[in-house]
Amino acid sequence: MGRKGVEMLVGVFVLLGMLGLLFLALKAANLSGFGGGDTYTLIAYFDNIGGLKVRAPVRSAGVTVGRVASITLDSKRYQGAVKLEIDRSVQFPSDSSARILTSGLLGDQYIGIEPGALEKNYAPNDEIRQTQSAVVLENLISQFLFSKAADAGTPSAGAASGGKK
Amino acid sequence: MTNPVTRLGAATLEVLRVLGHHATLFAALVRACGAAFRRPHLIVAQVHALGNLSVLIVVASGMAVGFVLALQLYYTLVRYGATDSLGLIVNLSLTRELGPVLAALLFAGRAGTSLTAEIGLMKAGEQLAALDMMALDPVERILAPRFIGGIIAMPILAILFSTVGILAAYVLAVLLIGVDAGNFWSIMHSGVDAWRDVGNGLVKSVVFGLICTFVALYQGYEAEPTPKGVSEATTRGVVVASLATLIMDFVLTAMMFSTPAG
Repeated sequence: MGRKGVEMLVGVFVLLGMLGLLFLALKAANLSGFGGGDTYTLIAYFDNIGGLKVRAPVRSAGVTVGRVASITLDSKRYQGAVKLEIDRSVQFPSDSSARILTSGLLGDQYIGIEPGALEKNYAPNDEIRQTQSAVVLENLISQFLFSKAADAGTPSAGAASGGKK
Repeated sequence: MTNPVTRLGAATLEVLRVLGHHATLFAALVRACGAAFRRPHLIVAQVHALGNLSVLIVVASGMAVGFVLALQLYYTLVRYGATDSLGLIVNLSLTRELGPVLAALLFAGRAGTSLTAEIGLMKAGEQLAALDMMALDPVERILAPRFIGGIIAMPILAILFSTVGILAAYVLAVLLIGVDAGNFWSIMHSGVDAWRDVGNGLVKSVVFGLICTFVALYQGYEAEPTPKGVSEATTRGVVVASLATLIMDFVLTAMMFSTPAG
């Protein structure tokens, strides 16, 4: 094989590698959110963010419209301050609410935005007032047990104290 | 002569001697790289020999690993109703660990052995000495193009391994078993970070390429110039390169992924 043939084969090889890297970076990883030129920021405060992570999707009606940019603890309110980067083409009425939801039983947590009815839209860096925290399984179970214990009254002290654990 | 203290001292000196030889050859190689880039056709020929000719085995192994990973994960995940996360797990394990490491092990076996045998036989046939006689530096002419070629070829092979593995998992999980295609891609998409996961995997594969190529070249260069010496050097080259890759993988993983995501 001549030198030209070898060079072409190596060219094909390197090209394959680049295509593979492009596939890994764009199709199989979230590079497409990189840059952030055409997004605006909203802030939402949650009593409990649960297992929400940075770069988690922000969805409205199930459609991904943005990502979580940062999660910090607000030291005055003692609430989790979540910065959302939302696609500039998507505007929400200024009474829209944010909830932390879970995709599937074991899936990742994401933020769901429920659009409101006002005519005015959120401006960049606005705060989303109405928020609903992540569902914490322990709280749910203890609520359930407390309500069970309350329903049962106090016929047997042993069952009630067992339920409060 | 054979008292334990003497033997301990001799062993220590031997370790230091080997380390010193490694360091000397490495320094000479790095110094020769500049000159090697002036003859790019030599590097291109080596990328072909080390990279192109390894594509088949790497793609075949990547496909096999992708199939097996997807199949085993499916049987486990289906119990918890979490089969949608299959793509994410396959992608993370391939791009972070399995792609670079398995491609490096294959590279050491497929390309490293040929390097060691080639250099060792050149040495046994006194071709390296002949080059030296003609005032041509064998490190610059013979070793450096192979070294650069290996470092270029290895990351590409690792990327191909991961890509083919993910596509194979897609074929098995989505097309054959019937996992939902949208969830397969979207959960993978939101869970894999281009810089943290793909980028670090790429850094790993470059480091492994450097290790495997250097070990193979060193073993060939320092081989005893006899048929037995060359065969022993080839075997030692694969063993050392594989062990070094696995140890280095642990070190790199501890450095790159010690902090949790997000």
